[in-house]
Amino acid sequence: MLAVNYRGPFRIRADKNLPYPEIEHPEDAIVKVLRSCICGSDLHLYHGLVPDTRVGTTFGHEFIGEVVETGSSVENLKVGDKVMVPFNIACGKCAFCKQELYGNCHEANPQSTAAGGIFGYSHTTGGYHGGQAEYVRVPYADVGPTVIPEWMDPDDAVLLTDVVPTGYQAAEMGGIQEGDTVVVFGAGPIGIMAAKSAWLFGAGRVIVIDKLDYRLEFVKEYAQCEVFNFQELEDPVVFIKQQTDSLGADVCIDAVGAEAAGNKVNSLMGRKLLLQGGSTTALHWAINSVKKGGIVSIVGVYGPVDALVPIGNVLNKGITIRANQASVKRLLPKMIEHVKNGVLDPKAIITHRIPLEEVAEGYHIFSSKLDNCIKPVLIPPAAGI
Amino acid sequence: MTTDETSPEDFKNNRGGDHSHIKGWGIDIDPKNDPTYPLKKRTDEEIKGYSWERSEQQAIDIEVLHSVERPNITAVFGTAAPPRGLSGMIRRHAFKKSESSLGRWVPLILADRIDMVEGVLDDLKQGYIPNFFEERGLKSEWKYNRKNFIVKTATVAAVASAAVLLLSRKSKK
Repeated sequence: MLAVNYRGPFRIRADKNLPYPEIEHPEDAIVKVLRSCICGSDLHLYHGLVPDTRVGTTFGHEFIGEVVETGSSVENLKVGDKVMVPFNIACGKCAFCKQELYGNCHEANPQSTAAGGIFGYSHTTGGYHGGQAEYVRVPYADVGPTVIPEWMDPDDAVLLTDVVPTGYQAAEMGGIQEGDTVVVFGAGPIGIMAAKSAWLFGAGRVIVIDKLDYRLEFVKEYAQCEVFNFQELEDPVVFIKQQTDSLGADVCIDAVGAEAAGNKVNSLMGRKLLLQGGSTTALHWAINSVKKGGIVSIVGVYGPVDALVPIGNVLNKGITIRANQASVKRLLPKMIEHVKNGVLDPKAIITHRIPLEEVAEGYHIFSSKLDNCIKPVLIPPAAGI
Repeated sequence: MTTDETSPEDFKNNRGGDHSHIKGWGIDIDPKNDPTYPLKKRTDEEIKGYSWERSEQQAIDIEVLHSVERPNITAVFGTAAPPRGLSGMIRRHAFKKSESSLGRWVPLILADRIDMVEGVLDDLKQGYIPNFFEERGLKSEWKYNRKNFIVKTATVAAVASAAVLLLSRKSKK
């Protein structure tokens, strides 16, 4: 079958000769992929920043598809069902799944106790092949996969498997209260969704910081927020203080993660030399821009290696930090409702529709921010554009 | 550019007040969601420790490295790319260390780079010559960022030519 074949940093192949996935456990299903996305966090893999990313792995943790085979224990799905598959692989039985922490399942990733299981995201998250393929094995098929409502556009559905719930949870973890000033660092797909979601929690003001004007223009229109290019600010932290009565923002959201620009030393340490788990510039700004007693919400992905952050300021300011991989399964019913009611319009962020055969171009376009790319979707040959 | 120099009147917060133009504004307001007073929802499960009923164990018929911080292999696991060659040896060594140790993560990054070379050798063994231009998606660089493509290509060509010249001079001596 045709699938992504990772060959090393900055090298991706659309390989036509990879084996079809098989049922390996009674709770598995095999899904024929209809849409998959390239996520901003896939770029961390593509750039070689995530340890234990093995050559030959198929990436892709945002996908929808049609069930073509089920294991002997699967009861909730049947062949022919069209499903959205959350990026978290979750057993539904462990103490963490019982608390609806589906992103922290303890029975899906033997390689790490810190990270849960994620499709196509290195052996640090379980060593699963992902959905940038024609077919994919889906473990615990009775737990995560959710049947796509008939009225829902597949382009909306695929974005509900990660981007939308992750952005929403970023705002939710911020504990936003009515009238709060919320600053979102990063105008990528997650930052865009976080900004949009902040209003749903009653934010009084939403500010997005990034360096790419085309993305800032997009989020300004899409999320009706204020936008600023940090390259035009001498110091973003001072700027945020100026914007917030000198006190700082009530809530700051790091929607950037390991590949933040804006500080040469941090970029060198975290992105080039890999001496820390990514460049922590956005997180620095978030911690230093939030007000005393405020909340920093982190959904940007960092590597497992230690990373330098101003922890002294966290203490001195009494900041609460909340962070997690989104619990997609928990949030899906609400996200579906918001799409149905027109409150969220996920597919509007899709800028590129790329045949799976041309996935290497897709990664390069997204990675290099060419052609005003915001969100690329990959279409397998049989799915039809 | 906005500078750091500030005066008292620079500090203000123009919150605005009417958000009626924003569809869905406030529909998920939850005054109880205030994590500055963290109250974790505990369940009975939490105090029972690692005692839940696990799913059937997936057959372990490939080499699966697992964290030393857990007693077992999870009920399900991925079967992509088991450890192989020199990179696999390094990975096995790395997995003897805990997740809090640099001795785990740094060797894994080294293993990844070696794995890349092993991947190229594997391709060649199978009679496949990797197309680096295609794999790096450089057609799109030519299409959307031509100036940069030309500059980078010229730079690489110049550096390569200089290296060849230098090496050939040395070998003549």
